[in-house]
Amino acid sequence: MSNSISVPTVAQMMANGETPEILFWVGCSGSFDDRAKKITKAIVKLLNKCEVKFAVLGQEESCTGDPAKRAGNEFTFMMQAMQNIQVLDGYQIKKIVTACPHCFNTLKNEYPELGGNYDVIHHTQLLNALIREGRLKIEGGSFKGKKITFHDPCYLGRANEEYEAPRELLQKLDAELVEMKRSKSKGLCCGAGGAQMFKEAEKGDKEVNVERTEDALEVKPNYIATGCPFCNTMMTDGVKFFEKENETAVLDVAEMIANASDL
Amino acid sequence: MNLIFGISMVSIIVFAVLLIFTFSFFGWNVVKVKNNISMGKPLDRSDRKKERLKTMLLVAFGQKKMFQNILPAVLHFFIYAAFVITSTELLEIIVDGLTGSHRFFADSLGFFYVIVISTIELLSVLAFIATIVFLARRNLLKVPRFQMDEMTGWPKLDGNIILYLEILLIVCIFTMNGTDEVLLNRGLSHAHIEGTSFGFAVSSFLGPLIFGGMETDTLVVLERIGWWGHLIMVFGFLNYLPYSKHFHILLAFPNTYFSNLNQKGQFNNLSNVKKEVENMFDPNFDPYVAPPEGEAIAEPERFGAKDVQDLTWKSLMDAYTCTECGRCSSACPANQTGKKLSPRKIMMDTRDRMVEVGDNRRIKGKDYDDGKSLLGDYITQEEVWACTSCNACVQECPVNIDPLSIIVDLRRYLVMEESKVPGELATMLTNIENNGAPWQFSPADRANWINEE
Repeated sequence: MSNSISVPTVAQMMANGETPEILFWVGCSGSFDDRAKKITKAIVKLLNKCEVKFAVLGQEESCTGDPAKRAGNEFTFMMQAMQNIQVLDGYQIKKIVTACPHCFNTLKNEYPELGGNYDVIHHTQLLNALIREGRLKIEGGSFKGKKITFHDPCYLGRANEEYEAPRELLQKLDAELVEMKRSKSKGLCCGAGGAQMFKEAEKGDKEVNVERTEDALEVKPNYIATGCPFCNTMMTDGVKFFEKENETAVLDVAEMIANASDL
Repeated sequence: MNLIFGISMVSIIVFAVLLIFTFSFFGWNVVKVKNNISMGKPLDRSDRKKERLKTMLLVAFGQKKMFQNILPAVLHFFIYAAFVITSTELLEIIVDGLTGSHRFFADSLGFFYVIVISTIELLSVLAFIATIVFLARRNLLKVPRFQMDEMTGWPKLDGNIILYLEILLIVCIFTMNGTDEVLLNRGLSHAHIEGTSFGFAVSSFLGPLIFGGMETDTLVVLERIGWWGHLIMVFGFLNYLPYSKHFHILLAFPNTYFSNLNQKGQFNNLSNVKKEVENMFDPNFDPYVAPPEGEAIAEPERFGAKDVQDLTWKSLMDAYTCTECGRCSSACPANQTGKKLSPRKIMMDTRDRMVEVGDNRRIKGKDYDDGKSLLGDYITQEEVWACTSCNACVQECPVNIDPLSIIVDLRRYLVMEESKVPGELATMLTNIENNGAPWQFSPADRANWINEE
């Protein structure tokens, strides 16, 4: 894997008199969580390879406010939102890509009413667009003939009705894409949404991620593909719970595409 | 002759009284329901009329979402279709009842009448089968979603009562038509038509088979029992609706019309919070300025929902529309893993509390406070915090009910009014406020990943 990546901040770009084609909204998970950082890097490598003129906000990025809003704290959410909108509008940002469906949903659906209007896409949608434009070519590589199952993130799927973009990408890997018994609009949550990621679950007889990982392991996949850093954590924990780490790996769709492109 | 005239006069009067009572009582209940729904907060759903109409036609009229699950969908469709078609017969019942005529439209509509009644009969047979299967699914097969904790007592009985009434109604219809077929064959029916049979699809065979051997006097009595039973069932059912989960047969239509047409992931932004935060960002805002003269200082609005009046009218309409099918709860990740949360219970609690508050207001005055609230006395904090906001419940509801928006409004009240938030979430919120991330990382380290190996 090559390690040299180029990640300009919007401030740097502007100082050079350039404007980014698209802003990469990294998100808190993608910035701070060790596992999610790998997904961030995979996306950066793909963007570098396709020579996409992107930039990040760097230290100027701040939580979108999604977990605060889902937890019922509108004040914290709106403070975050208005502060972020000031920064984004200050740089005249028009287009945003993010690898986190929670950031994606909040930026796309909840910011407009507060004055923040951007064209927001999920990284799987961007990668598809790059393929369509001929800027990105992928071959199966190490995934050829392997069995992959995709876990729909609630905030990409049901919440925003995007079921196909990640699947279209996975189909390009010459692998066998197998659906779980519950998928797309019927997909089961990983258990992290609605701010559950940050707290212990209420008393019950099972963890949600265990229930969902059972769905995934039922189809005996080599890979569980995800499109959300939180789903990734939950499914990884689930696979560990069943001690199946040696048979089944949990990877983000972007990591698989980068991997197949030898990045 | 005078006796018969007398009986027929009495029956017309009895019918007229019954008819007036039925529709007055139903009208009174409709007003009550409307008032209860109006207790909710305003919400504008007057936009995108074409899209709304389309949603209503597809989801309510066409039962689009029901057909995700084919067996109950088909059975449910039989009962639905039978109900819609049978309602047209109500017109003849009313004309016959008020004028003392018998099968008023039989003569004038001719063959078309036979088609209408035959359709009713065929659908009634299908509905009969469906009802039996539904009773079996509830009571013998014990389909899991009908066995959850909230489905005991009245809700369980309510579900069964409707099915039993359905069977009684169908029995009455076939008694009425079957006996009349036999009577006509004996030249004794009061219908003004020629011939020896009406030609109804089912009772022209079933009638002679069951009633063929009976005395004419018995048939006349049975025919009347069928007719009166049929109409009492229909009138009774109409007035049972507002007290039952079965109200969905009417409210499904407005409820789907007023559906949330935005993406499901989009939560509404609280306008009162927005105003306060905007003021904080506005350097020219003076918090100490007096309101313009003549304008009263408005009482600060509650953040989120503690009781039913804090919910939007749409949430309250949702509660009346819920028919307790439980598709939401069986799709809920929290419910499936043994947590207390059941989206169906959220809707049932909201309805029960709404009716309670509505009755209190009507009987004890608008400002009466019974000291109870939806949150606490009906829905516990444990339920509210178990939700993952995954939208599976919203997705599954065949009549576009949104339990999630109620859960979020309750969370908002807990967090913003009472500061009752699970400890770890309080830490998460503090982190966002201080560091701009839900974890305790310095904002200065946000871009460190770029240079890390």
